[in-house]
Amino acid sequence: MAMEFLKKFFSRGGSKNTAKERLQIVLIHDRADISPEMLDSLRRDMIGVITRYMDIDTSKIEMDFDREDRSVAFVANIPVIRIKRTPLPEETGGEKKDDGGKKTQSKRKTGRA
Amino acid sequence: MGKTTTTSNIAVALARGGHRVVAVDADIGLRNLDVIMGLENRVVYNFIDVLEGTCRLHQALVRDKRVENLFLLPAAQTRTKDAVNSAQMEELCAMLRKEFDFILLDSPAGIESGFRNAAVGADEAIVIATPEVSSVRDADRIIGLLESMGKTPIRLVINRLRPNLVRQGDMLEVSDVLDILAIDLLGIVPEDDSVVKASNRGEPLTFTDTSPASKAFQRIALRIAGEDVPFPKFDEDRSSGFFAALRKFFGRTE
Ligand SMILES: Nc1ncnc2c1ncn2[C@@H]1O[C@H](COP(=O)(O)OP(=O)(O)OP(=O)(O)O)[C@@H](O)[C@H]1O
Ligand SMILES: [Mg+2]
Repeated sequence: MAMEFLKKFFSRGGSKNTAKERLQIVLIHDRADISPEMLDSLRRDMIGVITRYMDIDTSKIEMDFDREDRSVAFVANIPVIRIKRTPLPEETGGEKKDDGGKKTQSKRKTGRA
Repeated sequence: MGKTTTTSNIAVALARGGHRVVAVDADIGLRNLDVIMGLENRVVYNFIDVLEGTCRLHQALVRDKRVENLFLLPAAQTRTKDAVNSAQMEELCAMLRKEFDFILLDSPAGIESGFRNAAVGADEAIVIATPEVSSVRDADRIIGLLESMGKTPIRLVINRLRPNLVRQGDMLEVSDVLDILAIDLLGIVPEDDSVVKASNRGEPLTFTDTSPASKAFQRIALRIAGEDVPFPKFDEDRSSGFFAALRKFFGRTE
């Protein structure tokens, strides 16, 4: 129908697609703004996992976000001293946080760096 | 945008539904909920007076005479946000919990102490956003903060939706906003001139009005009270806007 055609024609040129794209990009950047506490906690967890497999120089770890137009990558540079022959046993989850807030957060985690 | 408007309308609608409701103005120094609700002439004390022991809770609560079980707890106008701390806000909410079915806290704008104090005593959160880039971006930030404060659920009200712009492809659709923010939808409120008229009169729309915004706020109140109310599709309403005008031009009436 002419009306449907017109409608499609008009919505294609609309500014809302631009709005959505801009929002998606700006939010990737906003959401990658990780707090120092979060970064610290991430660093500790990472060291915990990696040292099961290798000795690393923890004083020289570099962590950063690489931002590009449409994506954000988390880049960690971890100097290796020696690879272990067999992995150390996994730590029992004593340090893990309680599940309280997890449920509500999981949904939004996708897309966050 | 529309926190105070939403608070007042939901408060009235919930009270009219038979619930005991208090609307708390948590915007210290920039209080507005009293004028939006039309109760400004009856304010004597405010909640800081209660916290400081200047008066008792019941002296500070302003009863709305137009409906049973609706009260306003005003903010102090001549104090600053630093006049209270989180512990005191939690204490206040604990007092109110004993007396009311619903406590609605109208938060100030921003992400500073005023916002945090409004949120700290709350169990759940309602975020209001308009379908525009800057507002959705702010909402995302607020949602992140509320999540880190452990508030759950956090639900979204999309305010000032303009169906004709959506149809034209010039306004974010409800589904776009939900895609981006990934939280549950509590309601959709259309742009509506009655909102301004209601604020001029100091009479929240949900008292009487049958305007689109009023109906939207009433549905929101029902959902808050636990009812399952379907969402009407505003963007498919074809009774106004450019295409309706075009249809009229071609002599077609629907
Ligand atoms: N659905 C609507 N239709 C038309 N106008 C609206 C609508 N919602 C809000 N407004 C108008 O937007 C303005 C801001 O609304 P309101 O005071 O509720 O926002 P707020 O979030 O409380 O603002 P602040 O952060 O300053 O406290 C008011 O002038 C109000 O009349
Ligand atoms: Mg306000």
